[in-house]
Amino acid sequence: MDSVQNFPFMSILISLFSGPLCSVLDGKWAKRVNTAVITIIGGLSAAVLVYVVRTGQAFVYRMGHFPAPWGNEIRVGVLEAFMAFFFCVIMLLCMVSGAREREEQIEDSKQNLYYVMVNLLLCSLLALIYTNDLFTAYVFVEINTISACGLIMIRQTGRTIEAAVRYMIMSLLGSGLLLLGICHLYAVTGQLLMSNIKEAVQMLAAGHQYHITLMVALGLMSVGLAIKSALYPFHAWLPDAYGYATLSSSAILSSLVSKGYIFLLIKIFYRVVGFELVMESKVANVLFVFGIIGMIMGSVNAIRTDNVKRMIAYSSVAQIGYIYMGLGLATEAGTVASIYHVMSHAATKSLLFVAAAGLTDASRGEAHFKDITGAAYRNKLAGVAFTVGSLAMVGMPMFSGFISKLFFAQAAVGHTHKMLPTFIALAISTVLNELYFMKTVIRIYTPVPEGVGRKVSIGEQPAKSAALVCFILLNLILGLNSDPIIRLIQGGLEMFD
Amino acid sequence: MSKRISDEEYQKTLSFRFRQWLDGTRDPYLGNVEMKKQETFRESAQEKTEREKERRRLKEKVYDLENNLEVRIFNRFYKVFSVLFCIFLVAMLLVAVSDLPLHGKADNPVNNEVAERYIEKGMQETGAVNIVTGMILDYRAFDTLGESHVLFVATCTVLILLRSDRKGDKEEEENNDRIHEPKNDIILQTVAKILVPPIFIFGIYIILAGHLGPGGGFSGGAVIGAGLILYLNAFGFAKTEKFFTAKTYRRMSFCALACYSIAKSYSFYTGANHIESVIPLGTPGAILSSGLILILNICVGIVVAGTMYTFYVMFRKGNY
Repeated sequence: MDSVQNFPFMSILISLFSGPLCSVLDGKWAKRVNTAVITIIGGLSAAVLVYVVRTGQAFVYRMGHFPAPWGNEIRVGVLEAFMAFFFCVIMLLCMVSGAREREEQIEDSKQNLYYVMVNLLLCSLLALIYTNDLFTAYVFVEINTISACGLIMIRQTGRTIEAAVRYMIMSLLGSGLLLLGICHLYAVTGQLLMSNIKEAVQMLAAGHQYHITLMVALGLMSVGLAIKSALYPFHAWLPDAYGYATLSSSAILSSLVSKGYIFLLIKIFYRVVGFELVMESKVANVLFVFGIIGMIMGSVNAIRTDNVKRMIAYSSVAQIGYIYMGLGLATEAGTVASIYHVMSHAATKSLLFVAAAGLTDASRGEAHFKDITGAAYRNKLAGVAFTVGSLAMVGMPMFSGFISKLFFAQAAVGHTHKMLPTFIALAISTVLNELYFMKTVIRIYTPVPEGVGRKVSIGEQPAKSAALVCFILLNLILGLNSDPIIRLIQGGLEMFD
Repeated sequence: MSKRISDEEYQKTLSFRFRQWLDGTRDPYLGNVEMKKQETFRESAQEKTEREKERRRLKEKVYDLENNLEVRIFNRFYKVFSVLFCIFLVAMLLVAVSDLPLHGKADNPVNNEVAERYIEKGMQETGAVNIVTGMILDYRAFDTLGESHVLFVATCTVLILLRSDRKGDKEEEENNDRIHEPKNDIILQTVAKILVPPIFIFGIYIILAGHLGPGGGFSGGAVIGAGLILYLNAFGFAKTEKFFTAKTYRRMSFCALACYSIAKSYSFYTGANHIESVIPLGTPGAILSSGLILILNICVGIVVAGTMYTFYVMFRKGNY
């Protein structure tokens, strides 16, 4: 066995270990440990990615002395390694850019607890990505939920606590449904390991046994994870949670936490129930319909709000709608487009949150539209970054959003029933996106008299400026260099079987 | 004949106090236990109407009831839809359950080679007489590792939410013991004196014998945590803070979780790389047997006990 194969297990254990470690350190050291851990895990994931691409085969890593159906297992393919690497990069940038806000908004004695949460969140994301066992996935979904809740309410204002309570209730409902689904699946297959469940499910489906149970289990797991990732009618917790949490929390929550659940859902579709069964069932259609409603309603809500952070949060609802629409197409191409959009949205949304924080910095900390008028002149880099993010969200060529919209449209071509709705929804949603993002861009570039707000130079917060530049570059890389990434995703999906 | 003692001396004896108590002439708690009557809650009609008006005003301001069509529609349909939705969900789950295999039949899908090996070879392979412990701490140790971190992260979240570092109220806290607990409750203290040591010993026994019989870190830790809470209630924070503060909790749980992670990393690493583990399994049934399971049980027990106690303290006082 090559030593590289130990890296995924090591990265999970390092992040798990660093959680309790940060609780005994003070804030400053906890921050250093956190940065080091994310960097190390990013490096390890990159090594794993190179290794898997070179060998061209997924490998299974046994957790302990007992082989597959008895012990735990993790499984690493191209897509898993790429996701882990990408998540680490985004998380590092989010943490770097929100450092000053964290210092201001979190009590001194609770600083280290923030890093406990972030480390354990990273650990749970890695475990969700790598695990080959459905119950392990559930355990780490729990860690993910609780630590995300902590990230929301660590900035203690009334708004964030209310948001955290809402998040907790909705998220626990989702966890409960997921657990019910896993229980049903276990009762008819007797397995918890993904590959073994798939074999058993295929046998049951071939013999037309337990059809109702299989459908109910699939439905419960899909709805549970849809609630947790804020698909449209279940999005009520999202705007407050993203809009009022401290900067790095909202960037991490919007770009990583919901994406972890979506990735788990894709894994369940491909590796647990089998994609043929998903295509046969009506679950995909339900996700498709709600995805389309979400695309439009999220944008409508974003137009109606008067706070730039809440607007970005509502835009997340629309983008999650895109991802579920792609999954709902129930084709290979649709899933590829969805996974690409997961990444493009992660890169763009965190960019927008950081840029919006830069704009509010230059406007006495207010995020209201009338306060940020002309803010792009006061904070030039944030203005440029916000414009880039907006263009990417709207879907201008050169930026990442264009490619994902293109792939969604391509995936829909030739689909008998879903082609027309997809095109119409894409068109309407693009126009709506344009309405609220361009409105904001015009507003921040509207000149105002001198003396409103204060000027923020690029060198004032070097870390944040560097992170913004990195985010912009990441967006351009995703937008201009999409071919190899798409090929990686396709290769990774093939390895799922 | 016994010697007659003076009245003064007689009043100090136990029998005199017993006699007093029997006759009902003296309440032994008077003067020993601090007692304060609960003040009845009184409110004039005007205050009441004002309070209600304020509440209505707040609600209207928050939801903007006059102009908010969405909320009005939502309020109207909420009850109907919630009932309908619950009925739908219950019906769906009942249908799904009726489709499930009957409980306890021998040819059910759950009775497959996985359960067979756990039962038949569990003791040989893990060294634990208690198969359940062998399953959660050896076969599926990764899940349990995650599960103990769930407890830890939950405690940290409660700390984020409830910990307060306000110093100003210290004096008031000292003077008015009803803020946190009644002090000097003799009944409670006497009972706690008798009960707490056996509770601790029983909890430790459950943890240490987890691989031999029913029990383990989770249940034993819960028992110890309950004992700590009882002790705290009887003797107050001043006594417990001598040996258990937030710092102790964090250090203890760090040591326990780190020990767990490192021990399990070793066994995951050796297992995956097909290296023979050097940890002996011992003879099943002996206290020092079953490899790492005993150590892991102790770690889990420490984390669980600390978590229970911290939850209690946080919800009651907010810092310790």
